[in-house]
Amino acid sequence: MSVVYLDHVAGTPLLPKVYEAMVPYFKELSGNPSSIHDAGEKAREAIEEARGKVSKLIGSQDEEVFFMSCGTEANNLALKGIAAAHQSRGREIIISSIEHFSIMHAANALERAGFHINRLPVDQYGLVDPEAVEKAITSQTILVSIMHANPEVGTIEPIAEISKITRARNVLFHTDAVDSVGTIPVNINELGVDLLSLSASQFYGPKGAAALYVRKGVRILPLLDGGIQERGLRAGTENVPAIVGMGVAADLAREELPQRMSHLKRLQERLTEELPKRIPYLRLLGHPTQRLPGHVSVAVEFIEGEAMLLFMDMEGIQISSGSACISRSLKVSHVMLAMGVDAATAQGSLLFSFGMQNNRGDVDRVLEALPPVVERLRNMSPVYRKAMAKK
Amino acid sequence: MYSEKVMEHFKNPRNVGVIEDADGVGEVGNPVCGDMMTFYIKVKDNVIDDVKFQTFGCGAAIAVSSMVSEMAKGKAVEEAAKITNQMVAEALEGLPKQKMHCSNLGADALRKAIQDYQAKKSGVAAKREVKKCYCPVCDMENPMEAEFCTGCGKELPHEHEKEG
Repeated sequence: MSVVYLDHVAGTPLLPKVYEAMVPYFKELSGNPSSIHDAGEKAREAIEEARGKVSKLIGSQDEEVFFMSCGTEANNLALKGIAAAHQSRGREIIISSIEHFSIMHAANALERAGFHINRLPVDQYGLVDPEAVEKAITSQTILVSIMHANPEVGTIEPIAEISKITRARNVLFHTDAVDSVGTIPVNINELGVDLLSLSASQFYGPKGAAALYVRKGVRILPLLDGGIQERGLRAGTENVPAIVGMGVAADLAREELPQRMSHLKRLQERLTEELPKRIPYLRLLGHPTQRLPGHVSVAVEFIEGEAMLLFMDMEGIQISSGSACISRSLKVSHVMLAMGVDAATAQGSLLFSFGMQNNRGDVDRVLEALPPVVERLRNMSPVYRKAMAKK
Repeated sequence: MYSEKVMEHFKNPRNVGVIEDADGVGEVGNPVCGDMMTFYIKVKDNVIDDVKFQTFGCGAAIAVSSMVSEMAKGKAVEEAAKITNQMVAEALEGLPKQKMHCSNLGADALRKAIQDYQAKKSGVAAKREVKKCYCPVCDMENPMEAEFCTGCGKELPHEHEKEG
């Protein structure tokens, strides 16, 4: 039985071309970029070449891209680095209520350190209202951070509209674009942001490489004290092979973006159309049109997500869920709750995220495998029994 | 994540279903908290003659229900009432730590069904226990009727109230 991997928001597989480009930097080209000798020089050149590729992908200048170890680091640096550098001007930060943990928890840490965090609500589709951002900005606001696309429900936020407001009000704007870069067009000038996080493992690059874009002239302080790697913003010896891989993956993402989008969209549309026909009491989550291609988020009512995931895994289909039973913290997804999805329904959430190696046959596998799993679990669900008795 | 035993019971749960003319019914949890189990028992000559259950929940919750039903069947009522959640977890060759408190409710549900049976038999209505609910946001234990979490102040979803 072949495995159908439909959990690309958790991470994309490494492309062979990317892997091959990385290999020499584990072997003959394993110098430290900070060294003056030839081995160091070659490693440094490789990093600068990768920087050029990443900046080309997002339309920035090379010196505005700083390599990090992961999206979480980029997000932490964006919030804490800006907070530290601008606190004399104000101590208010605005985020949304559906951010990734690396923004949410970094904001919580800043709150404990005396900053005021304003967490904006979202509508039923998970959209942040730009007007709400406008109203939330005060003379004390130093930063707005709203994610570009939400990995759980797929909704794409109106970043360009929000940036018009932050520009007019002279407030810095960061977007966590970890889940959008490589899947939809992401251009820092079109989006109008001052900072942007991206991660290689979300666009067929390796784990261990990510970047923070910082617009030229924006003051920011590092999280780590140490050497002057990444022009002092990220001390520590660079992960050269991963950074090289990120560069190659960025080049491929730029070249292949239109094909990727149309391929993923086709798979998404078929699943979105067919699933509700085959499974009653199924809710589609997230925005119907303003969403990541290849991303389908649903809630199957009256049953729980982990049980569905386990049965689907036995069928060789790997998906995800926002159920409390999945998370280590045993808490229902904050994204679903913020969208007004009740906790019981959120327990039955399922998330399908397609990638480039998926095909129409994979959608068929889901359409065949899921309905019997749902039926089986509903037949043993007391919640389903009660709901049906009322109907 | 799960032991082979858990997976085996999850894949082939024993005694799933409903007994329409049950001698005792017990229900614990609610879907908001993540797991909910309903146990039905049929008693003959003071022995648990039949057990059926329905469960809303994760793999652990389903396996726990199945194991409890197997352990209870054929036991004298008093003996079955002595089954503890700990015994169930051991019979399943262990449960992941984070699942111990939320999914391991099977023995509680069975005991409730037994209490229901005993109350019916003695002609007294079973005394209503104060139900608890855990906040889905901060995990604080709250009384069932609380509208807002006593821990974080978030509004508590109350699906269970509609079930009446």
